[in-house]
Amino acid sequence: MNNLDLSVDFAGVTLKNPVTTASGTFSARESGEFYDINELGAVITKGVASEPWAGNPTPRIAETYGGMLNAVGLQNPGAVAFIEQEISYLKDFDTRIIANVAGRTIEEYCSVVEMLNETDVAMMEINISCPNVKKGGIGFGTDPRMAAEVTKAVKAISRKPIIIKLTPNVTDITEIAKAVEAEGADGVSLINTLLGMKIDTQRKKPVLANIMGGLSGPAVKPVAVRMVYQVRRAVNIPIMGLGGIMTGEDAAEFIMAGADIISVGTAALVNPTAPVDILQELKLYMQEQGFKTIADIRGAFNA
Amino acid sequence: MKKILTGNVICNDQIANDIYKMQISSSHMGTIRAGQFVNIYLEDKSLLLPRPISICDADENSITIVYKVVGKGTKELSAYKTNEKVRVSTPLGNGYFIDGKKFGGQTDDYKGKTVTVVGGGIGVPPMVLLARKLKEKGAQVTAAIGFQEEPFLVEELGKYCSEVYVATDNGTSGFQGNAVQMIREKNICSDEYFSCGPKVMLRALSDFCAEKDIPCQVSLEERMGCGYGACVGCTCKVKVKTEQGTEIQQRGVCKHGPVFFGEEVAWDE
Ligand SMILES: Cc1cc2nc3c(=O)[nH]c(=O)nc-3n(C[C@H](O)[C@H](O)[C@H](O)COP(=O)(O)OP(=O)(O)OC[C@H]3O[C@@H](n4cnc5c(N)ncnc54)[C@H](O)[C@@H]3O)c2cc1C
Ligand SMILES: Cc1cc2nc3c(=O)[nH]c(=O)nc-3n(C[C@H](O)[C@H](O)[C@H](O)COP(=O)(O)O)c2cc1C
Ligand code: FES
Repeated sequence: MNNLDLSVDFAGVTLKNPVTTASGTFSARESGEFYDINELGAVITKGVASEPWAGNPTPRIAETYGGMLNAVGLQNPGAVAFIEQEISYLKDFDTRIIANVAGRTIEEYCSVVEMLNETDVAMMEINISCPNVKKGGIGFGTDPRMAAEVTKAVKAISRKPIIIKLTPNVTDITEIAKAVEAEGADGVSLINTLLGMKIDTQRKKPVLANIMGGLSGPAVKPVAVRMVYQVRRAVNIPIMGLGGIMTGEDAAEFIMAGADIISVGTAALVNPTAPVDILQELKLYMQEQGFKTIADIRGAFNA
Repeated sequence: MKKILTGNVICNDQIANDIYKMQISSSHMGTIRAGQFVNIYLEDKSLLLPRPISICDADENSITIVYKVVGKGTKELSAYKTNEKVRVSTPLGNGYFIDGKKFGGQTDDYKGKTVTVVGGGIGVPPMVLLARKLKEKGAQVTAAIGFQEEPFLVEELGKYCSEVYVATDNGTSGFQGNAVQMIREKNICSDEYFSCGPKVMLRALSDFCAEKDIPCQVSLEERMGCGYGACVGCTCKVKVKTEQGTEIQQRGVCKHGPVFFGEEVAWDE
């Protein structure tokens, strides 16, 4: 497999391969106990806010057919602790660091971006899917105008490329993608989780303490592939594709739909070594198909 | 490095109503501490997440788990036949602190000490390996175990414990009531208590130990996603002493636990 070139340029940053870890399903030390993180093109860290967030009460995890629900609620130790503990540990690895940023207000996003400007992160991924925001409780990610506003604000202060992470819980995702592109987003990632729910019919109660949670895993893959396909036709900026990627061929499917790089989330809970296994399978698939580059995979797709 | 291993089922027998004991060959497990658990990765891919199960006993070439059939995953497990393959992780979590000085000043030296292992229902299995390790360290070990109805693992505990007290909710076997009521009524005294079982029981034991000012360690259970600290799914609340006083902080059950000191746990939170 020596003649394969998996390297990708994403918003001006070169990744040695297109495989990354989805935010919230990767932790430097813990995931690194199962595989060598140097192998990955980039790692994406858990969402971080300017101050520590406690997250939601437990149970926060539920299994569903072909997927899972989570209501972690963006528990995180805050940017200061995150930079000290996670970034300082990750910076010695030969992989790009993409920090996922959470916020309830535009100011909050901005203050995290400002702090991360000073660190070794290569890019920042802005999670605009949080349901709680200052202005009337509408998610930033579901309203094109507000999505644009956040993008504009963080772009104005960021010294690193900005990826906006889009939510699938909208009628037309291309509208949001176009809105953030217009404000200078360097890339988009999609999708975040789909809002879901599970009821314990024996106890006659919701399974999650938070009642509702985010659906991820293989069950969401067709939705994600469709959205990547639609957004690829609507914008010119690079796309990170994710949602239910479990195998190397799933990764190739996202690339054919229009993704430049891909991210592995729930699969890493189902199998801790999934990110590196998927990379290996992608290489095998490329070899079988006679593809030499990631661009070859994309070019082979006909709709 | 932590790993996912493929072991062979050595045996998988029903030992009580809905309770199974499975021995799995696994030569590359590494060091196992009592109170650690393994993730079992199931064959049925619609059962996406691994199932966390405590290690009940272990030797160089195998581990034993004891589990209750409660849903589809444990149902699948119960159907595994001898020589079938089973995918398990290497040991996860911290286990009981019996190997060195930790928080409460416990030491390695259990010689001349009496300890009690307290198990409730499906919390009894990890007490077997724990009792063995404590005995190896020179402790005199007593077991106080409670069940809804049918006791199990009594004989196994008997190998390492000088006394095994049994309680059942309906009194069909041994003491009528739960394990902590039995400890109180039978005045089962010791220098330290170790426990795994339902939260109400763990809390009752922790209260009992607080009254007597005796250290206790409890193993908590929480819904898990990954089981290795990546998803932040499985938190519990603990009391942490800071310069300003006591502060409630969140800890990952799979990573920092599942064992905590009774006095650390913020039960009401
Ligand atoms: C650290 C730890 C150690 C455990 N040790 C044992 C043991 O030694 N013996 C034993 O019988 N049981 C043990 N359990 C509980 C065991 O994990 C569950 O009974 C089992 O996962 C249920 O799976 P299921 O598919 O049969 O049930 P279902 O109810 O169909 O499970 C559905 C989902 O919920 C999760 N789940 C259900 N109950 C629990 C639970 N109590 N804790 C965590 N996740 C759960 C499952 O993993 C699965 O994702 C332990 C749990 C933890 C957290
Ligand atoms: C337990 C868990 C925690 C997550 N936390 C975050 C987060 O902090 N920030 C974020 O942008 N997305 C988060 N996500 C969403 C994932 O990054 C990803 O978008 C989604 O799970 C779909 O991909 P998958 O099906 O491969 O998991 C989380 C997902 C899971 C399962
Ligand atoms: S189960 Fe994922 S962090 Fe504990």
